[in-house]
Amino acid sequence: MSTLTTPNPLMQLLRRRYPDITGKSLLQSITLPALGIAVFLVLWHLVAPQIDTSLGQFPTPANVWEQAGQLWDEHESEQARAAKFMDMQEARNARILAENPEAETRMRSYPGAPTFIDQIGTSLVTVLAGFLLATAIAVPLGILIGLNRYFAAATNPIIQILKPVSPLAWLPLVTMVVSATYVSDDPMFEKAFITSMITVTLCSLWPTLINTATGVSQVNPDLVNVSKVLQLPFWTHARKVVLPGAVPMIFTGLRVSLGIAWMVLIAAEMLAQNPGLGKFVWDEFQNGSSASLSRIMVAVITIGLIGYLLDRVMLLIQRKVAWDE
Amino acid sequence: MSKPHLELTGVSMSFDTPQGSFQALDTINLKIAKGEFVSLIGHSGCGKSTVLNIVAGLLQASKGGCILDGQEVNSPGPERAVVFQHHALMPWLTVYENVELAVKQVFRKTMSKQERRDWIQHNLELVNMAHAAHKRPGEISGGMAQRVGIARALSMRPRVLLMDEPFGALDALTRAHLQDALMNIQQDLNSTVIMITHDVDEAVLLSDRIVMMTNGPAATVGEELRIDLPRPRNRVTLADDPEYVHYRQAVLRFLYEKQRFPGKSEKAEAGDEVSTPAEQPAVAEIIQREPGSIDSSAHTDKEKAAVIEHS
Ligand SMILES: Nc1ncnc2c1ncn2[C@@H]1O[C@H](COP(=O)(O)OP(=O)(O)OP(=O)(O)O)[C@@H](O)[C@H]1O
Ligand SMILES: [Mg+2]
Repeated sequence: MSTLTTPNPLMQLLRRRYPDITGKSLLQSITLPALGIAVFLVLWHLVAPQIDTSLGQFPTPANVWEQAGQLWDEHESEQARAAKFMDMQEARNARILAENPEAETRMRSYPGAPTFIDQIGTSLVTVLAGFLLATAIAVPLGILIGLNRYFAAATNPIIQILKPVSPLAWLPLVTMVVSATYVSDDPMFEKAFITSMITVTLCSLWPTLINTATGVSQVNPDLVNVSKVLQLPFWTHARKVVLPGAVPMIFTGLRVSLGIAWMVLIAAEMLAQNPGLGKFVWDEFQNGSSASLSRIMVAVITIGLIGYLLDRVMLLIQRKVAWDE
Repeated sequence: MSKPHLELTGVSMSFDTPQGSFQALDTINLKIAKGEFVSLIGHSGCGKSTVLNIVAGLLQASKGGCILDGQEVNSPGPERAVVFQHHALMPWLTVYENVELAVKQVFRKTMSKQERRDWIQHNLELVNMAHAAHKRPGEISGGMAQRVGIARALSMRPRVLLMDEPFGALDALTRAHLQDALMNIQQDLNSTVIMITHDVDEAVLLSDRIVMMTNGPAATVGEELRIDLPRPRNRVTLADDPEYVHYRQAVLRFLYEKQRFPGKSEKAEAGDEVSTPAEQPAVAEIIQREPGSIDSSAHTDKEKAAVIEHS
């Protein structure tokens, strides 16, 4: 009897997060997705051997899993080597200083190629930088457009035309402009980083911009009238009345923007040979070893997972910030 | 005669619509004394909100204007506080913060932080809402939210309080409570109030004067009725008061007899006798049924009863 009522911690957790789920649908909410994934893997496993490419057979789930382990091992050994390299330098510097305390010592960073994990890090930093820049432009601009219908009418055609432009079209222009204008002897950022970031910004700011403008213009007119009766100054009006009212719409826009930013970034890295996951895919493609396709598949799944996680994080932030959730 | 506190002179209003210009109001003249409680009553769509919005400064009259204490009104301001039909509280601010937004803005120069805090608290207590100060509008009932809306308006210490169907969305009991609360507050503060209402009892109970508007388009003031009932007024004892009943009937008569037919009343009334082209009786019928529908159905019921008795 008591064994039957022993609470299952996973079920408890799920029930706490989704209090309205009953036992039956709770089961469904776990088993059905699991079943879906299983069917997908089986189909993949069956279909993959039928596809022959010049680099060999299309990888099966097992191949991909193996390469994922491989990539992780490579990362670990590379890190160990980097640590050793640093240790050696430190030891050498200590020796030099012992002989001659006046001597100038130098530390060089590890010259090894970036691993898959490093590339993920680079891509994440780039996408977040581009997305933050896009947000910093789109939200204030969207508020102005939403508040002033003359300004909205004036900017509308430009927004409509620039919105559908593909990152591939922007990239050459951005690359050239960055090369020409971003010159410094000791650059804080790599040029490639700036190029990718700006391309991401240019492509991802539109949904946030349009949603902010729409959200702002749709704020309850009664509330706007309250603000008028109170004679709130412009900034108080924007901060206390308009912005909170538009927050749900803004966040919907931000989530779409972040999704686009992530997609654009991979394309930009691939085409421009900027470091990151896109470059990893491209390098593997050029490399053409028998493991390449599996490794690319690892990257594909990673890209998908990270995209999904980014969206979940935005959703969590939205729940914290928005008053209606 | 001394100058009136609030004066509307020759106020006309036309709206630009896709179908061309639409004249909603025509030459409205109204003088309101300080401390007077005036109700605006009229059929739906006649232009009551438009009048109120012009006084609030949220709309600009196309002709004529509004003068408050010798100054022309041409923009909204906190000395003419508005209570909206649907409370219009910021849903992301608590009850306290909603009132604070107003108090901070209006008294930022004249009150210290502590004074402001006390003043917000005082106004919340006035409407019996201090206990819910830290709740959001979504967490309180419609009647409570409406009280907060009134507290916010009162907290601006307005010279005129403008209320657009403040109790329209509430159930009868809550409405009665709020009417009593409003009566008490108004008597204490002696504020000038213009209130729009559809409720004849509410108008007679609360007002010093009822301004009845004719049907639109081009609506104007049809009749004015001074309510000389002594204050404080009690709804229960008034119910049988012959004077109260008389006032009530006067308003009803205006609304349901003189203004019975929205639009062209004579023609519709004559519709039964005059023979009209094929499609016109239908129109006349619809116009006639709408406001008087209760009467006409009662009539047919009586006839039915008579038939049954005979058989
Ligand atoms: N901005 C506007 N543009 C065009 N027409 C308007 C506008 N505002 C109001 N009207 C018209 O003016 C007339 C009066 O409107 P108003 O809202 O003042 O009526 P009301 O008496 O308050 O009605 P209700 O009792 O239903 O609230 C209506 O016929 C309405 O359609
Ligand atoms: Mg109205």
